[in-house]
Amino acid sequence: MRALTWHGKHDVRVETVDDPEIVNPRDAIIRITSTAICGSDLHLYDGYIPTMQKGDILGHEFMGEVIEVGSGSTLKKGQRVVVPFTISCGNCFHCGKHQYSACDNGLPADNQDIAQSIYGHPMAGLFGYSHMTGGYAGGQAEYVRVPFSDVGPIVIPDGVDDDKVLFLSDILPTGWMAAENAEIEPGDTVAVWGCGPVGLFAVQSAFLMGAERVIAIDHFPRRLELARQFGAETINYEESKTYDALMEMTGGIGPDACIDSVGLEAHGAFADNIWDQIKVSTFMGTDRAHSIRQAILACRKGGRVSMPAVYGGFVDKFPLGAFMQKGLTLKTGQTHVQHYMPALLNAIMEDKIDTTFLISHRMPLEDAAEGYRMFHDKQNEVTKIVLKPGMQPAAA
Amino acid sequence: MEEIQSRGDDAPLSTAKHGDTAGRASETLAEAKGDSLVGKTVTIDRPREELYSFWRDVGNLPHFMENVVAVEPLDDRRSRWEVKAPGGTTVGWISVITEDKPGELIAWASEEGADVPNSGRVEFRDAPDGRGTWVTATILYDPPAGIVGKVIAKIFQREPAIQARRDLRRFKQLMETGEVATAARNRREYEEEQQ
Ligand SMILES: NC(=O)c1ccc[n+]([C@@H]2O[C@H](COP(=O)([O-])OP(=O)(O)OC[C@H]3O[C@@H](n4cnc5c(N)ncnc54)[C@H](O)[C@@H]3O)[C@@H](O)[C@H]2O)c1
Ligand SMILES: [Zn+2]
Ligand SMILES: [Zn+2]
Repeated sequence: MRALTWHGKHDVRVETVDDPEIVNPRDAIIRITSTAICGSDLHLYDGYIPTMQKGDILGHEFMGEVIEVGSGSTLKKGQRVVVPFTISCGNCFHCGKHQYSACDNGLPADNQDIAQSIYGHPMAGLFGYSHMTGGYAGGQAEYVRVPFSDVGPIVIPDGVDDDKVLFLSDILPTGWMAAENAEIEPGDTVAVWGCGPVGLFAVQSAFLMGAERVIAIDHFPRRLELARQFGAETINYEESKTYDALMEMTGGIGPDACIDSVGLEAHGAFADNIWDQIKVSTFMGTDRAHSIRQAILACRKGGRVSMPAVYGGFVDKFPLGAFMQKGLTLKTGQTHVQHYMPALLNAIMEDKIDTTFLISHRMPLEDAAEGYRMFHDKQNEVTKIVLKPGMQPAAA
Repeated sequence: MEEIQSRGDDAPLSTAKHGDTAGRASETLAEAKGDSLVGKTVTIDRPREELYSFWRDVGNLPHFMENVVAVEPLDDRRSRWEVKAPGGTTVGWISVITEDKPGELIAWASEEGADVPNSGRVEFRDAPDGRGTWVTATILYDPPAGIVGKVIAKIFQREPAIQARRDLRRFKQLMETGEVATAARNRREYEEEQQ
């Protein structure tokens, strides 16, 4: 089959590789019909994520048609499914509590060592995201092997377009869980740092959960415009001082809830952090956790901070004093995708949520390397690229 | 576990910072073989009896013990073990069950002439709050000396703690999910992993 493979910094290629097969009883093989490039993929592209190997297939946001099932799968050939980016067993204590991203059994036993040493515990597996998260082949390919296919994938009714449901795989549940973690109360003012896909879906979700005002912060005009279309007020942090603006816009109270959907990755500091820890010898902090620091300082006393943004390691100059003195609450975590999918699919079917606005480009899988280049170089215009393995290349 | 907590706190012996842990651990074994100690506990969300039965049926052990090629039952208590060694070779011994409490514990020791003398026990206790079972494996082993020993030590001296930890994780996966997680893309890769 054809697949987008990683070879090093700024070097991804569409190559012919072996087809995937059923290996374990609960597996299914999916023929991919749509697969997105995620902001997180850019950090692999930039070479910041350790434990990548040449030839690794990328992609963790995908959907397609079931073409083969193992004896333990509950899927049927021909069904269309969206697959969660987290690989979770559905049987362990954490899956039982719907804390799917904390699954005990998603990672191969050997790969659990890295997470255990860095985080104290192994986490769920992830598709196409380095060997630290399991070394599973991703979905920017024609086909993919999906483990635990009886718990992860959600079946999509016929007649619903791929573009409407693809983001159930990651960013829509992530934005939703971010808003849920902000414990929004009617009348609240919610501030959202970062207007990438996660931030934009958090804006949308916050309004659905009853926020009275949402203030969105970024520096890309196009992304701020999208936030404004959902009814958010905006702060362009290159033109205004974020803390001062938030205070003036809330009469000095500060936002009741703050959502950090920027994260270290957005600043490319993930790698330094991870390596610092793997080496453990040096506890050199980095000074890049800007958005979470700002969120804590701006948040009103007794308010809530929600952090969907991914942090990999240690953070220096974390305002623990402000956090304690103001009595804030912080909630975070990798998204428990499986938990949110059914309700969000319903919301999409009932037209309460529309995610198609985000897609700025559609292209064939064959052009994936060019897609990475565009996404990397033009963050303002390129909000989301969806790769379609079946699509004909545009005539040159 | 109580027996081996003869220290100033309630933490298991395998977590001790000082002292002759292997010596003290061997007091809990019918027969002590070796002076290196590995101890590890994992919670498995299945009933005690089920886990005990699976383990007691020793032919099952290679399903989750990565280095073990085969365990062949000889009679009710004795079994022949064949274990991978570097360079495509194997080492072996006959293992005898020295203590057996259904649903609670299994203890074993290798017979005279083992390539790698070893003994150990696995205990099954109810985890609190209906969370399944705490499975604790305690293994003592005696890495062989000499040139052969050096090679064998690669798996038995440097790695046994890692090996035990990973084997217990695979046991947990198999019992909780019915399979052992793998990132292999296809059966050929899977078979290469098993080598
Ligand atoms: N928790 C999860 O399971 C999960 C899932 C998906 C993504 N994520 C994480 O969520 C975060 C956002 O993902 P995304 O795909 O939307 O990323 P993205 O890179 O597309 O968006 C981040 C946005 O933040 C903006 N930004 C950068 N610095 C800022 C600052 N100081 N203040 C305000 N805005 C700033 C950038 O301009 C960009 O538009 C990432 O950290 C990503 O890894 C988490
Ligand atoms: Zn993603
Ligand atoms: Zn699980």
